[in-house]
Amino acid sequence: MGKLENLDFKKNNLRNINNYLQNIDFKKNLRNFVIKNPSGNHAICAGLKEDISVNIKGHVGYYCGGMNQNAKITIEGNAGTGLGENMMSGLIHVKGNVSQSAGATAHGGTIIVDGNASSRCGISMKGVNIIIKGSVGHMSAFMAQSGNLLICGDAGEALGDSIYETVIYIAGKPKSLGADCVEKNITKKDLIKIEELLNIGNIKQIKSSKFKKYGSARKLYNFKIDNVSEY
Amino acid sequence: MKNIRQKNITKPRQSWTFDEYTNSEIRRAAETGIYDIRGGGSKRKLPHFDDLLFLGASMSRYPLEGYREKCSTNVILGTRFAKKPIELKIPITIAGMSFGALSGPAKEALGRGASIAGTSTTTGDGGMTKEERGQSNTLVYQLLPSRYGMNPDDLRKADAIEVVIGQGAKPGGGGMLLGQKISDRVAEMRTLPKGVDQRSACRHPDWTGPDDLAIKITELREITQWKVPIFVKIAGARPYYDTALAVKAGADVVVLDGMQGGTAATQEVFIENVGQPTLACIRPAVDALQDLNAHREVQLIISGGIRNGADVSKALALGADAVSIGSAAMIAIGDNDPKWEKEYNRLGSTAGAYDDWHEGNDPAGISTQDPKLMKRLDPKKAGKKLSNYLKVMTLEAQTIARACGKNDLHNLEPEDLCALTVEAAAMARVPLAGTNWIPGFDKKIF
Repeated sequence: MGKLENLDFKKNNLRNINNYLQNIDFKKNLRNFVIKNPSGNHAICAGLKEDISVNIKGHVGYYCGGMNQNAKITIEGNAGTGLGENMMSGLIHVKGNVSQSAGATAHGGTIIVDGNASSRCGISMKGVNIIIKGSVGHMSAFMAQSGNLLICGDAGEALGDSIYETVIYIAGKPKSLGADCVEKNITKKDLIKIEELLNIGNIKQIKSSKFKKYGSARKLYNFKIDNVSEY
Repeated sequence: MKNIRQKNITKPRQSWTFDEYTNSEIRRAAETGIYDIRGGGSKRKLPHFDDLLFLGASMSRYPLEGYREKCSTNVILGTRFAKKPIELKIPITIAGMSFGALSGPAKEALGRGASIAGTSTTTGDGGMTKEERGQSNTLVYQLLPSRYGMNPDDLRKADAIEVVIGQGAKPGGGGMLLGQKISDRVAEMRTLPKGVDQRSACRHPDWTGPDDLAIKITELREITQWKVPIFVKIAGARPYYDTALAVKAGADVVVLDGMQGGTAATQEVFIENVGQPTLACIRPAVDALQDLNAHREVQLIISGGIRNGADVSKALALGADAVSIGSAAMIAIGDNDPKWEKEYNRLGSTAGAYDDWHEGNDPAGISTQDPKLMKRLDPKKAGKKLSNYLKVMTLEAQTIARACGKNDLHNLEPEDLCALTVEAAAMARVPLAGTNWIPGFDKKIF
């Protein structure tokens, strides 16, 4: 456990704070950081590379934790558009709600949202695990390629539209399914995965048996003129 | 009894509207039930740089001595915000073309050729390959809607980042790499199963509109520590407003691609009917930069149908800082070479017209992932050809600039030009040859 360092937006600007976190001097044994007064600033903790912990005390704007590698970021507030976009690894935990496109194109790591996520959650996700304790908005998991999206609440319209190989687990109900997204049978392997995700999200009030599984029917994987009404 | 036609008194009259090609397309559509998909840019006859001429020097202008007096060609891109702008020896860059659409050796050849000539190459939808990074002294990394292969490690290896909003061949359109071109390596880089069609979205997944783009650019700068220039590539749709909004969003460089600009694959109807010719895009874009006091501070790169040094010098004279080539670079490394004519014939095409790049059967080994076809392209030899071609283009542009009395390609100006057609005069906003008439521009409309 390293020392704790405080970073305050009232005393520093975005560039200085990100630069500090992107170039950690490990000789100082610093591993844990607190960011105060984030005030909805954009791109906080974008491009972090190291295995450090950052606790953000408040709301953040767009692209918090964008392209994150290894870092564990906790946001004690709400997050704007594109939380953890294109994240490669690490963990982002939002204690409030998140706006559109959370985890967009993210390749790896885990995103946990204690509240709700807006539209296009997990759009084009490429391997990340996203755990939403509330509900998600419309077009979530649009063109999602890989990884898992676990939703404890409901989903808006067109869930999993044009989905590839991402797996969606949902305890509530989707308002509608998007093109090529279908319900699939839950296997033992799925139950193990759901329990693993519930455990990561520290979710105890919902049992794995309550979840349904959705994924690609794989009918739109290769362009066929007979499917033209689906496009 | 023979009628008048049978007696050959009147010739059979072909329709201008229903010409031979149009009729063949109707028959093809009726046969297959699907629109035509192809690569390349617009093939229709459009007002272009050929419709402009340089005036040269005589009594009222002094020329510079060819081969003796200096005519500079270098250009610096990204001087607005980036800590490390890129400096190129020539104002001709290689446009973004994806690994996936092109083979690994083809990407390597582009890198080799560009580096010898002192210019940059650009990645594409599919990420950064080691061949291209290894061989490109200056590499621009594209951020596209699909984000196939996008990762922060490669982002930090790039010399510049290009946020792609659109392509001239298909403003407002995405793309599709058909399953037959998805090899194991392409599939792995794009995080999708082998053999699956890979759709490239038409909009970015995490931002919409210029206000969001400004924030996205800030994020990219934060990740790369404000070191590298951020380009914004737009299609020739509404060049004045799109350029102005790109500048407002914080671009260091605007790349503007007219409808002759190529694509790996899209619908023929899209390529030929959406967007504006390159010639029509340049002046409105320059207007936008000048209105924002950003001309030369934000550099303008023009692409779409650039073929020779004359095109380069004309684009620069109209206000561009550099040009970019894609289709021409492919031809230089061997695309559509007549030596493969028999194979083009077998594919139902002919050298010069082959554009089914999406099918992966390119006889020249360039737009393919077939290991046997790929071997036909020697990246070293092809790279040398590209560098030769780039050198010739540069020499040609210098020849013209010296004849106009300019000691730098960037000193060329609209005043050096006249137009051969009313259309070109209006678009390029230079006088019709032999007149002082610029149609449509009695007063500034933008």
